[in-house]
Amino acid sequence: MKNKTSVLPGEGEAQPSRCPDNSAFKQQRLPAWKPQLTIASVLSTFFLTGAFCLTVGVCLVLAANSVREIQIDYSDKCSDCSRFRENSSNWNKECHCSVNFTLKEAILGDVFMYYGLQNFFQNHRRYVKSRSDAQLLGRNVKIQRSYCAPFSTYRNGTPMVPCGAIANSMFNDTIDLFYSRNSSVIQVPLLKTGNSWWTDKNVKFRNPESYNLSSAFAGTARPPYWQKPVYLLDEEDERNNGFVNDDFIIWMRVSAFATFRNLYRRVRRVRDFAEGLPAGNYTFRISYNFPVAKFKGRKHVILSTVVWSGGSNPFLGIAYLVSGTAATLMGFVITGIHLKLRKKKTYFQKQ
Amino acid sequence: MDTQNEELEKRGKVRKRKKKNENKRVIISNLPFGSKKWKENPNRYYDSNEIKTTKYSILTFLPKNIYEQFHRFANIYFVFIALLNFVPVVNAFQPEVSVIPICIIMAITAIKDAWEDFRRYKLDKEINHMGCYIYSREEHAYVEKCWKDVRVGDFVQLQCNETIPADILLLYSSDQKGICHLETANLDGETNLKQRQVVMGFSSQDTVFEPEFFQNTIVCEMPNNDLSTFKGYMEQPNHEQVGFNIENLLLRGCTIRNTEAAVGIVIYAGHETKAMLNNRGPRYKRSRIEQRMNMDIFLCVGLLFVMCLVGAIGHGIWTGNFSEHPPYDVPDSNGNFVSPVLAGFYMFLTMIILLQILIPVSLYVSIELVKLGQVFFIHNDLDLYDEEADLPIQCRALTITEDLGQIQYIFSDKTGTLTENKMVFRRCTVDGIEFSHQENDRRLKIQKELDLDNEDFAKLQHFTLPPMNLERPATYLHNTVRPLRRCQSARARFQGHKRSRSVGRRDSNQSQVAFSSPIEKDVTPDSRLLRRVREAALQTESFSPFIHMKTSTSFTDFFLALAICNTVLVSTTTEPRQRVTIPPPIKPSGITLEKIHQIFQRLKLASLSQSFSSSQSSSQLGASFSAKNTEEPLEVLESCDDENDCSASSRGQELQDQGSTDIGTPSLDEVFRSATNSSLPTDFCYEAESPDEAALVYAAQAYSFILVSRTPEQVTVQLPQGTLLTFDILCTLGFDSVRKRMSVVVRHPLTKEIVVYTKGADSVIMDLLDDSAKGDISTERRLKRIKERTQKHLDYYARDGLRTLCIAKKVLNEDDFQKWANFRREAEAAIDNREELLIETAQHLETKLTLLGATGIEDRLQDGVPDTLVSLREAGIKIWVLTGDKQETAVNIAYSCKLLNQRDTVFTINTENKETCESLLNLTLEEVKKNYEYDKPQRKLFGIIPTSPSVSEAPSPDFGLVIDGQTLNIIFQGGLEEKLLALARCCRSVLCCRATPLHKSMVVKLVRRQLKVMTLSIGDGANDVSMIQAADVGIGISGQEGMQAVMASDFAISRFKHLKKLLLVHGHWCYTRLAKMVIYFFYKNVCYVNLLFWYQFFCGFSGSSMVDYWQMIFFNLFFTSVPPLLFGVLDKDVSAETLLRLPELYKNGQNSEIYNLSTFIITMLDAFYQSLICFFVPYLTYKDSDIDVFSFGNPINTISLLTILLHQALEMKTWTVLQLVTMICSVALYFIFSLIYNAACLACNPPTNPYWIMERQLKDPIFYFLCLITPVIALLPRFLIFALRGTFGASLILKAQQVDKVPKEQQDVEIQKLRSRKEATSRAPVASSGASASGPLGRRTHEEGYYFFNRWAEEESAAADSSAGPFSGNHSLVPSGETAPGQDGGKLTKDYPSNFNYGSHRRSVSSVTL
Repeated sequence: MKNKTSVLPGEGEAQPSRCPDNSAFKQQRLPAWKPQLTIASVLSTFFLTGAFCLTVGVCLVLAANSVREIQIDYSDKCSDCSRFRENSSNWNKECHCSVNFTLKEAILGDVFMYYGLQNFFQNHRRYVKSRSDAQLLGRNVKIQRSYCAPFSTYRNGTPMVPCGAIANSMFNDTIDLFYSRNSSVIQVPLLKTGNSWWTDKNVKFRNPESYNLSSAFAGTARPPYWQKPVYLLDEEDERNNGFVNDDFIIWMRVSAFATFRNLYRRVRRVRDFAEGLPAGNYTFRISYNFPVAKFKGRKHVILSTVVWSGGSNPFLGIAYLVSGTAATLMGFVITGIHLKLRKKKTYFQKQ
Repeated sequence: MDTQNEELEKRGKVRKRKKKNENKRVIISNLPFGSKKWKENPNRYYDSNEIKTTKYSILTFLPKNIYEQFHRFANIYFVFIALLNFVPVVNAFQPEVSVIPICIIMAITAIKDAWEDFRRYKLDKEINHMGCYIYSREEHAYVEKCWKDVRVGDFVQLQCNETIPADILLLYSSDQKGICHLETANLDGETNLKQRQVVMGFSSQDTVFEPEFFQNTIVCEMPNNDLSTFKGYMEQPNHEQVGFNIENLLLRGCTIRNTEAAVGIVIYAGHETKAMLNNRGPRYKRSRIEQRMNMDIFLCVGLLFVMCLVGAIGHGIWTGNFSEHPPYDVPDSNGNFVSPVLAGFYMFLTMIILLQILIPVSLYVSIELVKLGQVFFIHNDLDLYDEEADLPIQCRALTITEDLGQIQYIFSDKTGTLTENKMVFRRCTVDGIEFSHQENDRRLKIQKELDLDNEDFAKLQHFTLPPMNLERPATYLHNTVRPLRRCQSARARFQGHKRSRSVGRRDSNQSQVAFSSPIEKDVTPDSRLLRRVREAALQTESFSPFIHMKTSTSFTDFFLALAICNTVLVSTTTEPRQRVTIPPPIKPSGITLEKIHQIFQRLKLASLSQSFSSSQSSSQLGASFSAKNTEEPLEVLESCDDENDCSASSRGQELQDQGSTDIGTPSLDEVFRSATNSSLPTDFCYEAESPDEAALVYAAQAYSFILVSRTPEQVTVQLPQGTLLTFDILCTLGFDSVRKRMSVVVRHPLTKEIVVYTKGADSVIMDLLDDSAKGDISTERRLKRIKERTQKHLDYYARDGLRTLCIAKKVLNEDDFQKWANFRREAEAAIDNREELLIETAQHLETKLTLLGATGIEDRLQDGVPDTLVSLREAGIKIWVLTGDKQETAVNIAYSCKLLNQRDTVFTINTENKETCESLLNLTLEEVKKNYEYDKPQRKLFGIIPTSPSVSEAPSPDFGLVIDGQTLNIIFQGGLEEKLLALARCCRSVLCCRATPLHKSMVVKLVRRQLKVMTLSIGDGANDVSMIQAADVGIGISGQEGMQAVMASDFAISRFKHLKKLLLVHGHWCYTRLAKMVIYFFYKNVCYVNLLFWYQFFCGFSGSSMVDYWQMIFFNLFFTSVPPLLFGVLDKDVSAETLLRLPELYKNGQNSEIYNLSTFIITMLDAFYQSLICFFVPYLTYKDSDIDVFSFGNPINTISLLTILLHQALEMKTWTVLQLVTMICSVALYFIFSLIYNAACLACNPPTNPYWIMERQLKDPIFYFLCLITPVIALLPRFLIFALRGTFGASLILKAQQVDKVPKEQQDVEIQKLRSRKEATSRAPVASSGASASGPLGRRTHEEGYYFFNRWAEEESAAADSSAGPFSGNHSLVPSGETAPGQDGGKLTKDYPSNFNYGSHRRSVSSVTL
C-alpha cells in the first residue's frame, strides 16, 4: 500500500479508479461459520435430540394419562327423539331423553362438560364464511352486504339476526347433569358462562347498544332453524344473552374438523362437588333439539378434566417418544457404521 | 403528446420516403430554410439529434410496463387466477385480497424497470444538453446550441477535444491538408488517432469555409450500423459529382484531436447515427437453469392439475353422498344447491385458486434479484480486475450468471485471447539470410522469466499470505532496463486482498497508445544484421541509379519497407500528443542532390573494405543459417541493452568509422550535424492499427530506420546516418483479408523511382514473385535460391510459433504507373461495386514482386494461460481453439500453452476432397474408438473405487485433433458433421486453423446444437463476434483490438487467465447458489401448499383453508423470501481457494448435479413428506378436541415456517452474520406480524377472523411442544441423509468442504491426497494410448521435444519430403538448449521447470495431410 502510493503519488485522487473495493463483503470474504457434519457433531445431535424427545415424551404421556374422561354417545340412546326430529314439522315441539352412567371413581379437579358432534363439517368453506363479524360486533345489526347469504334476510326483507349458516345451525340441545345420591337426585351445578375466550366474549361479540336487548334487535327475525330469537338465548342472565351468549360464541368459533367437541358447561365446585365429581350414578337429561340423522352424524356428551398439556390425547407424547427413539437408534446405527468403516479404512491404509 | 404524434407521423413519412428514394438519403443545407420555411425543407423528415433511449415516459409507463410484464407466462397465470377469484361460485379467498401478491410482484418488477429507465433518462438528458456550435443564418456565425437541437443539414463547427454530436460530413479542417484527427475510443475502444479528410474539392480552399455558400446536394446511403463503410456523392450546382466515403465522415461519439477546428454538415442525427445504431442494449439470454425450471414449472402445473382433480372428484363424491342437504352444506345466495358434478367442477376452479402458489409466484422476480446480486459480486471481484487497464470485469448479460458454472465446451480465439496480441519482433530473413536476433531473444526471455517468477511469487503470497515483501528482489532489476508494467500488475494481484483500494494505473501516455508497451517497443538488433544494414545504408545513400549493389540495397529496402509499408501514424510522446505530420525543417531537398552524391561516393570508398569482409562472412553464414554468430564482437552485444543505447553506440561506431576514413568535408559535416542536431524528438509514438505493423516499425527503428512522420501524401524516414528521406506516397493499398497483403506506392526522393513495397502473408506473396528475371540466368538462379531459402526460414518460423510476413518490392516505370493510376482513379470514383474494382486494381499492381525478406513476429502467450487451460481441462471442459493462423503456428502455440500435451496423440486432417475427408475421419475415428474400448475395462477396474468421480467421465481425452478451414468447409458441405463431432468428442482438444469468422460460428453452432452442450466462446477481435454470439455464453476480451468483441459479449474480461476464476469459482458458486435456490423455491411452495391440500380431506374438499389469507400471502412474500435470496447471493459451498485448486469440483455444475430431474423429484417427495408431517402431527394432536379452524391453522403455519427455514439452514453451507440476522429476523417478523395482526384485526378481513389466536396459543404449552417436535420429525430423514453423506460419503464437494476446514498448512496435503487419487484413475488411459501408438495410420513417434509433421501425401509427396527433410537433417546439427531451432524444446523446459520431465516424454504425432 505504501509502496504503491509512493510510486504513484496523487494518482488516485486525479482519476477515480474503477478498481472494486477491497471490502470483506464485496470480496465475499465475510467471516463465516461453516457447519460441518462430522461424526462428532452428527452423533451428538442425534443423541441429544433423542434424549430430549424421550424425556418430554414421557412427561407428556404421563400427563395425558392422568386425564379422566367420560364420553357418551347419546344419538342412539335418544333414538326416539332422533326419529322425532327427522320430521321437520315437529321443529318447535320439545323432546326429552335421559342417559345414565356410573362413576366408579370420583373425578377430581375441574370437570368440563363438552358436547361432541361427529360428521358435522363446520369447516366447510361456504359454511365457515357464512357469517358477519360486523353484525356480531353489534355495529350493524341489520347488515345487508355480507357473506351470510342465503341466511341474511327473509324473503320479505326482514334481516336474520344473527345471520349466516353458522348461526342458523347452532347446537341447541340442552344437557343437564343429575347426581343420584342415596336415592335423592341432585342437579350438578354447572357454570354456563366463562367457557368462551375472554376476548370473544368481551371484544369480538357485542350486543347492539340499546336500553334493552329486545329493542336492540327490533325489526329483525331469528334464523329459520332457531326456536327463539337471539335476545332470549339466556333470559336469566343479561350478560349472557344476545350475541354475548357463551353457547352462541362457542358455536360461532367453527371447529377445525368434522368430528369435534365444544365446551358446554363446567362443573361448579361447590358443596358435594367441591372436589370434582364424586363416584356414583349420574344422569344426563337432554332436551333433544339438534338433528343429526340427516347427515349421519352422532352426538356425544363428554365429561373431562384438563391438565397442563391439554386433554386426554396422548398423541403428542407418543410422537415425542417415537421420534426420540428413532433419533437414538439412528445415533447407534451411525456409530456402528462409523466403527466398521474406520476399521476398514485402517485395513486399507495398511495395505 | 403532440410532439409524439408528430414524431409518429414523421416516422411514417420517412418510411414512405424510403421507398421513393430507393434507399438513398438526400440532404441539402438547412440555411436557405429559415424557421418559417421549415416545412419545405426536405431534411425535415430525418430524425433530430435528440436521443431517447428510455422505454417509457411518465404517461406510458404504466400501460407499457404492464403490457411487457404480461409477456411472462407466470404473470398471466397469476392474474388469471386473481380474476378467477372474483367469480363468486368458485372463489376461495376474498377476491380483493387475492390480487395483492401479483400486484406486489409486478410492482417490484415495475419499480426495478422504472429505476433503470430513469437512469437512462438522466443520461439521455445529459447527452442531449451537451453544447456544440451550429451555424446560424440570422447571426452569420456559429452559435452554441444543445446537441438535441442539431438537425440534419446543419453546419457544425467542432473544436479540438470536442465530442462529435452527430455523424458529420467533413467539409473544412483548420489543418492545411484538410485532415482532421479523430479518437474513436468511445466507439470501438481503439486509442490510436484516425485521420479523416475533407471531402474532395473542399480541401483545396485556403479560406475559411462559408456555410452560406454551400449549395450542393448530398446523396448518401440510408442509415446503417456499419462503422467501416459509408459512401455517397455530392452534387454541385453544376451537376458535377464528387464522391466521398467513410474517410470523410466524422462519427458521433468520437473526439476531435490535434485539429483546431473542423466544420461539417450533419448527415445522420440522433438514433440514425452509426454509433447509435451500433449500440445494442444488454442481451437477454435464457440460462439453462431457467429452461430446466420452466420445465419443472410445467411439472408443477401438472401436479396442480392432479391435486385439483382430486379435490374436484372428492368434492363431487362427498356432496353426492348426502341424501339430504346437511345444515353445513350452505346453498348459494339464492338458496339453490348445485348438482354434485357441477359442484365438483366449481371446486376444481376453487382448488386452482387455493393451491395457486404451488407455482412459485415470486420465483422469477427472486431469480432476477439473485442474479443482480451475483453480478454485483462478480463485478466487484478484485481478482477479475485488471490493474493495467483499470478495468474490472464487465457483466453485460445479467441473466446467465449460472451458465458460467455449467460450461462443457470452450471455444477460444488464439490471437489476443490466448496470446497477448503484443507482437514482438523476433527474427527476420533478408535476402535469404537468416538473422536470429538472439540478443533480443535473450532480453525477452529475461522479461518472461521475471513475469513468471512474479506470478509464482504472487501465487505463493495469495495462498499463504505471509508478511509480504513488496519490493521485487533487487537482483532482477539490472536484468531489464525498464521494469515491465506487467510485472507490477502481477504483483498487484496478491496485494489485492490486503490493500484497501487499489489505485488505477492509467498513467503515462503509453497506455493510451495501443501496441506500444516496452516489450513491443524494445527490439535489440541483431549485431550481425546491424552491421550489414549500416554498410548497406551507406551505399544506399550514395544512390546513383547506375550502381546496383543488389545485396546491399535489399537490406535497406527491407527496412525501408518495414518503415514505410504500413499505416502507422507518428506522434511524439511529449504531452499533449502532438501529431508529427510536418517533416522537420531540414529536408533532404535542402541539400542538393549533387552534394549528396559527392558525400556518399566518399563514404563508399571508406566503407568498402569493411563491406568486403562482411560480405564474405555473410556468404558463410548463408550456408548454415542457424550457426551462431559467435565471432561477433562481444562489446557491441553487451552495449545493446536497449534500443537507445544501441543506436547511440551504433552512431558512435559510425562516427568512428568516419574518423578513420578521415574524409570529413564541410558539406558532410553539415549534413550530419544538421541531422543529429535537428530538433527531432528522440522518442516517437507509433499508433498502429494492427500490432504487427507496430512491431515492424519498431524493428525498423531498432536498425535506425526511423519513421519520423506520415501524412497521406508523404512519409519521412530517418536513415541510420541521420538523413531524412521524404517519400511521396503515390498510393496506399490497404490491407484486406481477401488479398492478405498491403502495398504502398512511393516515389523515391533520390532515385525518383516509383517503388511498390508490399507486405503480406507468405502464401500470397510467394505466388506473386517475379520468377523470370529477364534473361539473366545468374540473377534468376539467385532469386530462386533466395526464394527457396526464405520459404525454408518461413516454415521454420511458423513451426516456432511465429507469425510470418513477407516483404517484397517492385520498381515501376513512370508510364506503367500512370496507366495504373488512371485505372485506380476510375475505380475510386465508382459508386457501385467499388470494393471489387479496388481489389482488382490492387491485384493488378501487386505482381512480379521482388522478394526482400521475411519477418517472424512472436505473439507472446498471456501470462497464466497454460495454467488456466490446464485447470479448465481438469474441470472437464473441452477446449477448442479456433484461429485464423497458420497450422504450424497454431499447433505450436497449442503446445506451448498446454492445450496439447506432449503425450497426446494428435490427428491432423487437412484435405480438399470430400471422399478422402470422409475416409480419413472414419479411419481416425476407428483408431480412437479402438483406444477407447481398450480403455474401458481398465476404467471399470478403477471404477471399483466407488468414490472416484472420474468413473462417469467422458471417453479418454488423450487425443488432439487439428483441422483446417478448408477441411471444415468440406465437412460442412459434405454433411460430415456427425463424424467430426463423433471424433471431436473423443479428443480432448481440437484446434481449427485458418478458420474464418464464419467457420468459427458454424463450429460453435454445430457443437452446441448437435451435442446439446453448454458452450462458451471467448475472443477479442471483430472476427470473433459471430462466434461469441453463437455460443451460450460469450466472453469478450477487452484487449487491443477494439471493442466489437466486448460489445457482442455477455461478459468482458481483460485477461484470459481471469476465465479461470470466473468459471471455476464464480461459475460454480452462481450455479450452486441459483440451482439450490430454485429447487428450494419449488420445495417451499409445494411443502406449503400441500398443507392446504391435506386439509381438504378433512373439510369435504370444500376448498377451505385453515390459515388466514393474509398470513398466507405474507408467508411467501416476507417471512420466507429473504433468506433464500440471501442464500442465492451469498452461500459458498466451497471456498474460492479450494475451488481453484481442485478444478474437478466444476464438474458438479457441468453435470447439473444439483438441479436435475432426479433432484427435483427427490425434493418434491421430501416436500410432500414434510408437509404431511407438518399437517398430521398437529392434526393428530388436536384431533377430537375443541380446536377451531384458525387455531388449528396457526400452529401449522408456524411449524411450516420453522420447518422451511430450518430446511434452508440445513442447505446453507456458509453462515455469516447476514444470514443469521435474516434468518432470525424472518422468524421474529412472523411472530411480530402475527401478534399485531391477530390483536389489531377485529373484523378487517370479514369472514375469516383470526382475532387473538396467536396470543392465546403462545400461552399454550402444546403449541410449543408442537413447534419443537414437528420440524424435528420433518427434517429428520433429510438430516440423516446429510449426516450419512457428510460422515461417510465421498462426494468431492464434501471432501473439499472438509479441506476448507483444515488449517491452512494442511490444506495442501489434503488437496494432494484428493488429487493423487484422481490421478490414479485418470492415468490409466494414458498408458494405453502409449501402447497403441503404432496404429495403422503409421504414426511416428519422436523422442525429441521437437517434432515434425509427417505429411502423408499422395500427390505432393516430393514437396512434402523436401519441406520436412532438411529440417530433420538440420536437426542433428543443432546443439540443444539455447540455439535457434531446438528452442521449442528448450523453451518448454525452461519456462515450466516443474514439468521438466514432460520434455522427454514422447510426443506422438499423427498427421494426415492431403
